[in-house]
Amino acid sequence: MTAKDTLHRPLGLLAELTHRCPLGCPYCSNPLALESRDDELDTATWARVMREAAALGVLQVHLSGGEPAARRDLAEITAAAHHAGLYTNLITSGVGLTDARITALYDAGLDHVQISIQDGEEKSADHIAGYRGAFARKNELAAQVRRLGMLLTVNMVVHRANIERIEAMVELALALDASRVEIAHVQYYGWALKNRAALMPTRAQVERARTFVEDLRAQHHGRIVIDAVVPDYHARYPKPCLGGWGRRSLNINPSGRVLPCHAAEVIPGLEFWSVREHALADIWANAPAFNAFRGTAWMQEPCASCARRDQDFGGCRCQAFLLTGDARATDPVCELSPRHTQVVELAAIQDDAPYDYRHQRSPA
Amino acid sequence: MTDAPQAISLEARPRLPRGVRLVNNEAQGGMVLLAPERVFKPDAVALAILERCDGKSTLAVIVDDLAARYNAPRERVLADVTALLRGLADKKLLELG
Repeated sequence: MTAKDTLHRPLGLLAELTHRCPLGCPYCSNPLALESRDDELDTATWARVMREAAALGVLQVHLSGGEPAARRDLAEITAAAHHAGLYTNLITSGVGLTDARITALYDAGLDHVQISIQDGEEKSADHIAGYRGAFARKNELAAQVRRLGMLLTVNMVVHRANIERIEAMVELALALDASRVEIAHVQYYGWALKNRAALMPTRAQVERARTFVEDLRAQHHGRIVIDAVVPDYHARYPKPCLGGWGRRSLNINPSGRVLPCHAAEVIPGLEFWSVREHALADIWANAPAFNAFRGTAWMQEPCASCARRDQDFGGCRCQAFLLTGDARATDPVCELSPRHTQVVELAAIQDDAPYDYRHQRSPA
Repeated sequence: MTDAPQAISLEARPRLPRGVRLVNNEAQGGMVLLAPERVFKPDAVALAILERCDGKSTLAVIVDDLAARYNAPRERVLADVTALLRGLADKKLLELG
């Protein structure tokens, strides 16, 4: 079967509207080479992309970044997505988004807001974000979101500096009247990879956190949904990266390049197409980067003959490349990978060096 | 995980909150329920129930309506509707107002 025969329709679009962000979170999954403001797509192009996405079958658009509120036309882009029939989800740090602006987004048809909060405790949260006052602003924005009657998700990225405070994070999410909280262990791409040893929790911490989340979930059943993103360096099997390469979702970066996932540009030799030159449906079906790892024909052993191959799709291609130098290799998070011991060793390296905070290179 | 779902008042007027909505999407093959970072594909029974959660009809009216429409025993319909609505309400995807 060729890739064409099994072409699925994407359900979700991650729209990275900008890489600009006032925060400096050391676990940011954006690439180290951040796109500059001058290269960002304009309002009209995003509006066209939203219409093309809806026609392609996309149901939900995640307006993200960077900090999407860094774009002054966020309400126009949101309205365009809403009018195209898309479900609009704003993924925000909360900084730079005033109460007046979130109200304007509500009026533009925004469906849902996800606010990132860096810890359950103010001082640590602001330290991790590299921005004094961020925690307070996030709390205010959360209250405004609920006053407007929108559902709220709180996203908490978990790592060594805050993993002992998961209970406080869930308590905070409850106090903010969130309907969902994501306890998301750091995934090591982009800035997070650069800061890996500074972020990596110990195995004992990960085990305790896992039990803790299960207990909290049972305790708060019916009050809040607790979703967990597992710490994959400590897992036995890899995550099924986005439900399969070029299968369920796509990502558009600030300058318009369309990626199978936000990290895909780390893989050398992939040819990405831009919405500046191609229609989205053409890119989804025909861009070389999307067809590179569709289906299972590209797989090597042990993936090729594995019973789990249609379940986890060999794991993450970006991680396979980042850790083995071969994007077709089995994601070494998998215990069936011949390189799995390397991941176990990396997961055991903790270093309390200061964070290398995410930052945009200053213009030359 | 649990036994019978917790009962819902027959006077409740269930409604989908903002951010949870049913849409018809031909590309994805029909009606889908869109929720925060989730997409559900309701079957015919779930769809019939969800379409009636308009914030105006009481649970009693919804159950009577469905029982008549599908010629099914009222108690059985009540159990099915309660299970679906309680599951959504536990996930904060339905208001029982």
